Amino acid sequence: MELKEFIEKLAEAIEVEDANILNESTNFRELDEWSSLSVMLLIAFYDEEFGKQIGDADIKKCVTVGDLFNLANK
Amino acid sequence: MAMLKYEGVGITAMAAAVPHTIINNYEYTQYFPAEQVKEVVDKIGVYERRFADADTCSSDLCYAAAEKLLTDNAVDRNEIDLLVFISQTPDYRMPATSILLQHRLGLPQTCTAFDINLGCAAFCYGLSVIYGMMQSGGIRKALLLDGETRSKVYSPKDRRSAFIFGDAGVAALIERDPKFGISYFSLNSDGSRGDLIMIPGGGYRHPSSIETLKEKVVDEYGNIRSDEQGYMRGGDVFNFVIREIPRNIKQTLEFAGIGTDDIHYFVFHQANNFINSYIAKKMKLNPAKIPSTIAKYGNTSSVSVPLTIVSELRNSLFGERTLLLSAFGVGMCWATGIVPFVDCKISEIVEV
Repeated sequence: MELKEFIEKLAEAIEVEDANILNESTNFRELDEWSSLSVMLLIAFYDEEFGKQIGDADIKKCVTVGDLFNLANK
Repeated sequence: MAMLKYEGVGITAMAAAVPHTIINNYEYTQYFPAEQVKEVVDKIGVYERRFADADTCSSDLCYAAAEKLLTDNAVDRNEIDLLVFISQTPDYRMPATSILLQHRLGLPQTCTAFDINLGCAAFCYGLSVIYGMMQSGGIRKALLLDGETRSKVYSPKDRRSAFIFGDAGVAALIERDPKFGISYFSLNSDGSRGDLIMIPGGGYRHPSSIETLKEKVVDEYGNIRSDEQGYMRGGDVFNFVIREIPRNIKQTLEFAGIGTDDIHYFVFHQANNFINSYIAKKMKLNPAKIPSTIAKYGNTSSVSVPLTIVSELRNSLFGERTLLLSAFGVGMCWATGIVPFVDCKISEIVEV
């Protein structure tokens, strides 16, 4: 999956209305939409889109949207 | 792989009791701002819960449910040869609560009674243990009591668990009868994930002390709890559940030689609505076959599966019905059961 498509799907998954505010270097924890529950949405997103089992610890290591993208392609 | 099969045993009657105090989750704002609470509540789908008061234990809820069941069905108490009590919120550290309930319910001293301490998946374990014992032939009727007061376990100042849990008790009468076909169970354990859901203090590894009773800030979100209160690593639990639960359901269906179309109702542990919706979507299950009580009773741990049957299927279990029961929880420990119901008598829920 290309970065652009990833960002669009990620935005939908974590309920960010306008995907255009996201880019590779966005710190996703600073988004208004981010909450402790977003981790569940992300875990579901990786399971659904990539068939990947991602845990809390994996997400903790990520800072930017680019990190999340790399996690999907690992 | 523990796959179990029993024949000619089943649940003939059920009853449930819930505390009378209703917690409206939107208004549970003592420690967190209302808009934050609303966001969490909408996502987990728990709008109301029942909280037991300081003097009410799991056993009291089960006692009320059992009295209702025994009275409604005019059961001869002398014919109850087995009582199993499922709970992680017992009356005392000893003796076993089941023994006290034997006396309180006026059951004979020849009745076998013991507790099962296991957590959210325990109802299937309880059924499996009782079905197995009943096949020995020496037990006429068995009473399975399943009660939890989880409201007393978690910190109201830890938003990861403050809005989820509620209290309830259920009683199920189990009898031998050729009208019941085969029941199938798969029971599983993964102790490597023992730290995902835990109350670390107050056992014998970390006995109660001033230290275990101290409230502490435990994470970057400012959540507060003591070591004698439960915690839950929700993300890791979720990650585990979305992989293992669909897999276990498939394995058990295969073991029974049937498909999802043969199941009349899927009764899931009411963990939170987010998890259950996700599993249903992932497994492409018909939502009309999935009764839910998460909105009105929250997560009542091991009670959630039987409570959902009593609350939602009271008028739907006439004739022969096949139910698939699926639950997971602390341990981790997870179970699937495929059980026949034949004209099960379900009493109205009582308030305590």
